[in-house]
Amino acid sequence: MTDSRRILVRVNGVEYQRWVEPRLVLVDFLRDDLELMGTHIGCEHGICGACTVLFNDRAVRSCLMFAVQADGADILTVEGLAASDQLHPLQVAFREKHGLQCGYCTPGMLMSAYEFLNENSNPSEEEVRKAMSGVLCRCTGYKQVVDSVMEAAEQMRNK
Amino acid sequence: MKPSAFEYHNPQSVEEAVELLDRYGDEAKIIAGGQSLVPMMNFRLARPEILIDINGIKELEYIKSEGDELVIGALTRERDIEKSPLVMEQFPFLAQAISYIGHSAIRNRGTIGGSLVHADPSAELPTALCALNGKLKVVGPSGEKILEPEEFFLTYLTTSLEPSDLLTEVRIPALPEKTGWSFSELSRRSGDFAIVAVGILLFSEAPGVCREARIAMGGVAATPMRAQEAEALLAGQELSEDLIAKAALQAAEETDTEPDYHASAEYRMDMARVFVKRGLQEAWNMLNGG
Repeated sequence: MTDSRRILVRVNGVEYQRWVEPRLVLVDFLRDDLELMGTHIGCEHGICGACTVLFNDRAVRSCLMFAVQADGADILTVEGLAASDQLHPLQVAFREKHGLQCGYCTPGMLMSAYEFLNENSNPSEEEVRKAMSGVLCRCTGYKQVVDSVMEAAEQMRNK
Repeated sequence: MKPSAFEYHNPQSVEEAVELLDRYGDEAKIIAGGQSLVPMMNFRLARPEILIDINGIKELEYIKSEGDELVIGALTRERDIEKSPLVMEQFPFLAQAISYIGHSAIRNRGTIGGSLVHADPSAELPTALCALNGKLKVVGPSGEKILEPEEFFLTYLTTSLEPSDLLTEVRIPALPEKTGWSFSELSRRSGDFAIVAVGILLFSEAPGVCREARIAMGGVAATPMRAQEAEALLAGQELSEDLIAKAALQAAEETDTEPDYHASAEYRMDMARVFVKRGLQEAWNMLNGG
């Protein structure tokens, strides 16, 4: 079956028009078709959270959607977080507080935290732990991740 | 892995979806939130020839009060239900149950209808629906029908839906003013499937007396289930610690647990007892202002 569909998506504010095979998952579309390699593929079944992106302002697993379903959608990936050469406060906080080691899970961590802080600008540590529990990190453990999100929350409130 | 190829359809109305289901029958699979189906497709455990994407059917996304019922469209996202002021105020039990589903990114996409139709016996929504006596509205080529949870859930991952049926709506009767409730579950990590999930509802009319008790359990049988004999022990009673312990033991005996790689049958059964006991105590305390 080689039937392809034309989709129009907006990713990080840029409009793209592409032909896609229905079985192409969104994360592969972002990485292979749009060459936005910031979004990582981990488990491919919705457990690890590395592929989390914002889909119409909501964090979703991009391995659990088909690109064809993104027709007309507005997507934000980790590449869209920083404003030109200015890192997003979350990115700064992850750097300052050592919120990453190998960096594989980081795009998922950042996008999950981004949605969470948009909804809750003054979270408790407990709430941060719960919110970040959907992304697995296999090297730092989670202490520094939680510290980073708490730090970013404070920086964003003080802005 | 990657999914195998399929033909993609995205109907914009219930009629159109039912027509497609009628045309393709068993070859077709509906995708709603896709949070259970796409993992299965990525692993090629599911290889549908035809995928019918119902995400475009906006008429199936709603949460509203209708008479004495809470009415939720099948395509409503779990996260929208969890955060709905109407649900939080009148059905905090349901909001709490949903908060245990996966993670927020899963609930952002996952739908109430998708979870119910997937019929995983350890999933939260099927268990909650059994406690709430919710009803399922189904549309097929020959019209509409309303099913009770006991008629709907047949066994593991299996419902009584015909290949050309579409679940369109969930209807939940209002709870009495004096309701005590609890929803809790045991899992290895936050967001994992429940080893045991327990939903408790206690209704009262006179202070210190439980008029009716509902005990729903997930993860302990081939379908979510109610512990009817344990419920009968509690009806019309004051819930002492002893009676709660007795009912919890009875509930555990009503289970039909199977071992899997998460837990042995015995462990599940004993955890059902523990979680029913805690849940009853919590709901009873709530009812009595404790």
